[in-house]
Amino acid sequence: MSPELKNIALKDAPSSTDEFIKGLWRENPVFVQVIGMCPVLAVSNSAENALAMGLATAFVLVMSNVLISSLRNFIPKQVRIATYILIIATFVTMVDYAIQAISVDLHKSLGAFISLIVVNCMILSRAEAFASKNTVSKSAIDGLGMGFGFVFALFCLGSVREILGNGSIFGFPIFPESYQEWIIMILPAGGFFTLAFWLLIFNHYKLKKAKS
Amino acid sequence: MKEESLWFIFINASLINNFVLAYFLGICPFLGVSGKMETASKMGAAVTFVMIISSVCAYGIHLLLVAINAPFLQLISYIVVIASTVQLVEMIIKKMSPALFRSLGIFLPLITTNCAILGVALFQTSKGYGLAESLAYSFGAGAGFTLALVLMAGLREQLDFADVPKVVKGTAITLLIAGILSLTFMGFSGLGS
Repeated sequence: MSPELKNIALKDAPSSTDEFIKGLWRENPVFVQVIGMCPVLAVSNSAENALAMGLATAFVLVMSNVLISSLRNFIPKQVRIATYILIIATFVTMVDYAIQAISVDLHKSLGAFISLIVVNCMILSRAEAFASKNTVSKSAIDGLGMGFGFVFALFCLGSVREILGNGSIFGFPIFPESYQEWIIMILPAGGFFTLAFWLLIFNHYKLKKAKS
Repeated sequence: MKEESLWFIFINASLINNFVLAYFLGICPFLGVSGKMETASKMGAAVTFVMIISSVCAYGIHLLLVAINAPFLQLISYIVVIASTVQLVEMIIKKMSPALFRSLGIFLPLITTNCAILGVALFQTSKGYGLAESLAYSFGAGAGFTLALVLMAGLREQLDFADVPKVVKGTAITLLIAGILSLTFMGFSGLGS
């Protein structure tokens, strides 16, 4: 965090933390807004993949939010979407090459889904709905909040699917040998079921809150 | 790769590895516009059209990028092609059928961010398909997408008459149905061998 950014964060602390918490919980991109679902379902078959994918997406989100909000007065209205996509695509290309350099195995298991971060509706919707209207520091905080909300959601899905489907977490077995894996949780159908299950829990609490 | 017949590529992309139900590509429109049968089938047609055009363009771009040795431009140039094709389709639909234009709403420009389309372009490149194979692949992917969307719309139209508990209403029940559909499509996996 730059010193200037820290200053602003300190000055109006309540609104900044609020901005951050908003993405993490109240407007969580996956559980509440239900956007950016494709990578959520596709690469959440193990906790490790989910975490890596979430962090890559969060990085692209923060960087593109910062760049777009700093350029917001220079981008003509008519071509803004195309400009946003180009900016996002540039950062995604960077992330793609970075992951390839860090771990070839990880790159292989995530496959085309790293490139597909470009078309993650969550990033474009934050650019359009937030970064194009707000200051750089606020957009950065918004990006961080949404990004971590996304990581959190992916991790929730990935860990449940790996524990049930493979009997392990981050590759370490946690159940005794006799545990019969639920293969279905690793398969595509498991992704749908796990997400539906998390949404059910969220709905349950929302209804409870509305009642009281 | 070369010995795969075009027919097999088509079946593979549409049924065995259905883009929506096995690869999870294009989930947003799948959940968003699958409420009504009519909108769903037209949305499917629009997506298939964009897919075929962008797949042909992607084939050409890939040849060019290999020739000038600039693979890092791949992602950026693909997305530009897709965005302009979507713009074209949007103008055509607006001119020919304003009613359809309204009912598709925000999801029409959002075809640009439909991962299924970029997915087709990226997969065909990584699989090293030629022009004819790319066409078969993109047509199969589009057909598979339309099939999934129409099936889902049919189920959801029936669901409107069912007594669904309040907690499961909305996205949760849709996802449960999608999971069951995905299970059924696993039955096609035997076709490949």
